[in-house]
Amino acid sequence: MIQFDFEYYKPASIYEAVQLFQTLDSQGKQPIYYSGGTEIISLARINLLYTKAVIDIKDIPECNILRIQDNQLVLGACLPLTIIEDANHFPLLTKTLREIADHTNRNKITIGGNICGQIYYREAVLPFLLSDSQVVIAGIQGLKYVPIQQVFHQQLQLQKGEFLVQIITNENDLQLPFVSIKKRQQWDTGYPLVTVVAITKSSDNSSNSSTKQIHVAFSGMSPFPYRSEQIEEDLNQQNASVQHRVNLAITHLPEPILNDVEGSSEYRKFVLKNTLQHALTTLEAE
Amino acid sequence: MYSSNSKNLNISLSINDEERSVVVRPANTLLSVIREGLGLTGTKPGCYNGDCGACTVDVDGVPIKSCLMLAVEGVGKKITTIEGLRNTPVQKSFVEHFAFQCGYCTPGFIINCNALIQKHPNAKDEIIEEWLESNICRCTGYKEIEEAIKSVITAKSEEQL
Repeated sequence: MIQFDFEYYKPASIYEAVQLFQTLDSQGKQPIYYSGGTEIISLARINLLYTKAVIDIKDIPECNILRIQDNQLVLGACLPLTIIEDANHFPLLTKTLREIADHTNRNKITIGGNICGQIYYREAVLPFLLSDSQVVIAGIQGLKYVPIQQVFHQQLQLQKGEFLVQIITNENDLQLPFVSIKKRQQWDTGYPLVTVVAITKSSDNSSNSSTKQIHVAFSGMSPFPYRSEQIEEDLNQQNASVQHRVNLAITHLPEPILNDVEGSSEYRKFVLKNTLQHALTTLEAE
Repeated sequence: MYSSNSKNLNISLSINDEERSVVVRPANTLLSVIREGLGLTGTKPGCYNGDCGACTVDVDGVPIKSCLMLAVEGVGKKITTIEGLRNTPVQKSFVEHFAFQCGYCTPGFIINCNALIQKHPNAKDEIIEEWLESNICRCTGYKEIEEAIKSVITAKSEEQL
């Protein structure tokens, strides 16, 4: 049971939502945007989250879009994960989402909620980080379209009163070769020791020929998901063995490395090393 | 825009094909309102954290853990609890296959299985496993539960032939 009371609002438009936020905030009600709500309810129940007003954005049409338009996949932030999985426009995303929580929970968890949540893992963001997607953010100034790499630093950098409306991915990036591997302490349930998501993508070099580059993003190693240019540089070194490249990449992991009941930091590094070797071998064989 | 700035509000929920009026706090979960407000105690509280699946209900044909849904979110949706299922093939199959021991997890499993069969009448093992991982049976009666759901799917497939 949630011990404290809050007001509940369900605006039907982006404009209403952001105006409402301003009003409630000015009244000291510490409003929060609400989509699937699974994390909000879980944290509120144990008093790790407090608000006097909830703004449920699920009735906003732009937040429920799922379509391919103008060679882009547009995903509304309020889409439940299972709806996106069933549509399967973006196989890497589908595979990654299927490893989050369990099927019934994924009927309620939304893509925007996972990306903007407080949980460390937020694996839904990984495919978007790799595919250089754009996010659409609503705020008092209107809508802004921003490359996700510019606004996702450990978490989505939203200003007060802003919320995520959509994620847009180029159609060309939807079918790239990929691996998505989630390693847990045991079995198929629970939080990850490490999740590695990687793709190969062609990039033009100075001689106008195309080279394949591996892009990789991680979750579970740190209290935040990330993609690192340095690590990608290490992994894409020409003429070096897989083992050498992986050993080099491991030296550039961002700190802190999680050290908890799921696994020690040393064990996580060990698992990551093996997982990265597997990922590289698989992608380079294609 | 739907809004409520009062501590209590009177909402109408469509549950088991009945319109039920109930006074709720916006902070009340659907689980607590179903059980304490509407007296439908077939939906079981377990972990309150979305882990166990004992409180699963059907919302517009989709299984949802009612401990992770606010009651006010249920306005305008068609909600089915275990009391709303009568003599379904899944229920019969659970009895025939002894797919319960203490029975506490059974309503959640049956609601989930019933939704699965509606959406995937010919579900393969992979789909069954994916859906049923959402529910925990502490008596570990998984084998019988698996047999019960597979029996319904097999029977439906044979009917189609």
